Amino acid sequence: MHFEDGAIPTDYMGYVRQKHLWILGGVVILFLLLIVSISVGAVSIPPYEVFLSIVNGIVDRIHLLLNPGTVLNPTSTDRIVWNIRLPQALAAIVAGIGLSVAGVAMQSILRNPLGSPFTLGISNAGAFGAAVSVIVLGTGQMQSTIADAVVLNNPYVTTLVAFIFCLLATAVILLISRIRGASPEVMVLAGVALSSLFTAGTMFLQYFADDTQLAAVVFWTFGDVGRASWQELGIMAFVTVAASLYFIANRWNYNAIDAGDETAKGLGVSVEAIRDIGMVVAALVSAVIVSFLGVIGFVGLVCPHMVRRLIGDDQRFLIPGSCVMGGILLLASDTVARVIVAPYILPVAVLTAFLGAPVFIYLLLRGYRR
Amino acid sequence: MILDVDGVAFNYRSASVIRDITFELSPHQVLAILGPNGVGKTTLLKCMNAILRPKSGSVLIEGADLLTADRMEIARKVGYVPQRCEAGRVTVFDAVLLGRRPHIGWDMTDKDIRIVEAAIRMLHLEDLALRYIDEMSGGELQKVSIARALVQEPRVLLLDEPTSSLDLRNQLEILGIVRRVTTEHDVAAVMTMHDLNMALRYADRFILLKDGVIHAAGGPDVVTPEIIEAVYGVPVTVERYNGFRFVVPLDPETA
Repeated sequence: MHFEDGAIPTDYMGYVRQKHLWILGGVVILFLLLIVSISVGAVSIPPYEVFLSIVNGIVDRIHLLLNPGTVLNPTSTDRIVWNIRLPQALAAIVAGIGLSVAGVAMQSILRNPLGSPFTLGISNAGAFGAAVSVIVLGTGQMQSTIADAVVLNNPYVTTLVAFIFCLLATAVILLISRIRGASPEVMVLAGVALSSLFTAGTMFLQYFADDTQLAAVVFWTFGDVGRASWQELGIMAFVTVAASLYFIANRWNYNAIDAGDETAKGLGVSVEAIRDIGMVVAALVSAVIVSFLGVIGFVGLVCPHMVRRLIGDDQRFLIPGSCVMGGILLLASDTVARVIVAPYILPVAVLTAFLGAPVFIYLLLRGYRR
Repeated sequence: MILDVDGVAFNYRSASVIRDITFELSPHQVLAILGPNGVGKTTLLKCMNAILRPKSGSVLIEGADLLTADRMEIARKVGYVPQRCEAGRVTVFDAVLLGRRPHIGWDMTDKDIRIVEAAIRMLHLEDLALRYIDEMSGGELQKVSIARALVQEPRVLLLDEPTSSLDLRNQLEILGIVRRVTTEHDVAAVMTMHDLNMALRYADRFILLKDGVIHAAGGPDVVTPEIIEAVYGVPVTVERYNGFRFVVPLDPETA
């Protein structure tokens, strides 16, 4: 069939532009928040100096790349910004984006408002994997030279084992959703079951661990964006960006799945394949973040719902919007966590855990509708 | 011939649902698939766009085998309107735009938007274009669903009980649109239906299924009291009024 071309509807184009402005506004807020986050702390740095230090640092590093052998002369401000606060802030942004995009994808894939790496037990599976790696395979140790620094002496094995257990949890979730249907009740119960199973497994292993291993495991489970090195940050950023691009590329497919499986199939979407690949990608990005930073709960659940309230369920806007919101939320949480009980610095997971309860209650009050 | 279904059979696990389904359809024709609940009407419809894979037989659209084509290719030829679709917080325009999925590469183009706008006008949805579909009535939602199938620019439209949850006015409007689309746009439509009188009024070809096979097929003439009684197990009379045929059930006690 063929349609006579209609006109371009100006009101719809305005509507689309408005959605893009929301997302753009979020990016601006995120950038400002980055500056603020770096400027506050034990040593307060004025925002303008933070900005200068970042710009100069980038220029210097490009210069160093082009002229190897040049010696940089960082000021003390530069050292604080580039060695401590910038990697931590960027890790918060990257982890926020990754967890949030995994959450929004899982909510669509499982047709379930409670889908997120944490509620489905994937984060706890990762924690169990890390415990297995540290305690059974002996990949963790504690450095006593610095007060609370624990290093995983083979972080990549830990990551790999955590990842394997994340995938295992994902496979169980997919299997259950195939057998019993992915209704909210079934998925939440499956998530509770998996979470408690892996928590029990972690406790079991911890009981037989020595002090060093125990400290490493407990330390590991407090999700903290401050522990990422530049190199780990690079890996997380690569996986997060790749996963986000994958989900954005599939935004039309997720929209189709949201309209119902049969509608989606009628529109040419290979629903099963999109679901399975999407779950694996979401599990991968969750696993990488969880295994480098520890368990950070609720960001993946909360951010997509905040964005749904602001700009609706259309995945074309929801996925990028959730990315931006994830970055904002985790960076803001981490900034607050760093200063709220100064001079102590809370791991960000303690703060995000407090976000979960109100959102669950809000969802209950509003009903299960996505 | 635009649609050529030959010897299609489908089993759920080991139980045969439909078998030996063979028929043809030309452009401009509207086919109604009739029969009692559970006889396999929806199964047959889903076999025609490979949502279900037939166990045997072939489905050709303009001579091209549908069952060896990939999903996207099928979606460019066959538009499917399921019995119900999910309503999320998405505007009418975006919900219809989704029908361009089989044609869209990375992002929508002006052409996609123009086509969606034309379909929205065709179904008189323009005043609702920026409304969210989770706030809409069943009739409006059904129109959105049909508009979505139309912007796929298909050669064949499949509709699964398109009027089952609609009031009289909406039934007439939806079936009138299906009729109009098939004549104006050179497509064929296949719909499963329960309302025999609506089928007689808007369709010109009929297939009556009984026990998973075609019991009778053809033009309006096949809808006779004998065949209806054989298929539905209910005694009826077929009356004429204003040039339309009407099936009137008789009281089984007095018949």
